[in-house]
Amino acid sequence: MAVDRSLIGATSEPRTFDVERGAIRKFAEAIGDPHPAFRAGEVAPPTFPTTFSMAVPMLTIDPARVLHGEEEYAYERPLRAGDRVTCVRRIVDVYERRGRRLGPLVFVVVETEGRDLDGALLYRGRSTVIVR
Amino acid sequence: MATVMLVPGEAVPPLVKDPITKVQLVKYAGASGDYNLIHTDLETARAAGLPGIIAHGMLSMGFLGQFLVGLAGPEGVRRLRVRFNAVVRPGDVLTCRGTVTSVRDTGRGGRVVALEVWVENQRGERVTAGEAEVLSA
Repeated sequence: MAVDRSLIGATSEPRTFDVERGAIRKFAEAIGDPHPAFRAGEVAPPTFPTTFSMAVPMLTIDPARVLHGEEEYAYERPLRAGDRVTCVRRIVDVYERRGRRLGPLVFVVVETEGRDLDGALLYRGRSTVIVR
Repeated sequence: MATVMLVPGEAVPPLVKDPITKVQLVKYAGASGDYNLIHTDLETARAAGLPGIIAHGMLSMGFLGQFLVGLAGPEGVRRLRVRFNAVVRPGDVLTCRGTVTSVRDTGRGGRVVALEVWVENQRGERVTAGEAEVLSA
């Protein structure tokens, strides 16, 4: 389907992710971050929410056509082993720009909210992906 | 942490990372769940018009996460926003750098330190750049 402004507002179903000790350790090791709290798998590194992979609602694109433009995380507190995080993802903007070399590019801005089981906000994410 | 001066206009000590390796990209793909083959498979990367495999943008953002945790501890990172400006390839040596832009009181006994942060490669190009906020005592 076309990537256009009709997608704005499309929202995913909520999905719950368990923050696991082993996953934290593997993530910290891949980055090469030696912090003992990460290597013990107790606290998750700041960019750990990227592991909560969810399809972007309504969007089906060949991954080879997608570039990652921007990413933002705002945290209420760090995630910890044992947290259960319920995420909802929503398309908040779609716009077109003409690239210098790549021709027309479509920018899709997706926001994610992660909440604990009581509904308290843990973090917000905002990604801009570029479809070429 | 206490030895780092967080004063507006001050540069903070850089974090120099080991060269990016293909094994690291495979590990990061597994750990992050981002299996886009442009990061691990040469054929796929070339078919996508790239000069070769490229690192996940989120890996360089992860380096900035490490950099900020080095300043403020694992509980101290409040916000990180980046733009991915240029590709990173295996063999590149990335350095995280930052400058304090403002310091304000939280009203609860702590301070919020805002920084301009970026990741530069061995040619001095800012491949990933943005801003961050950390808590400071």
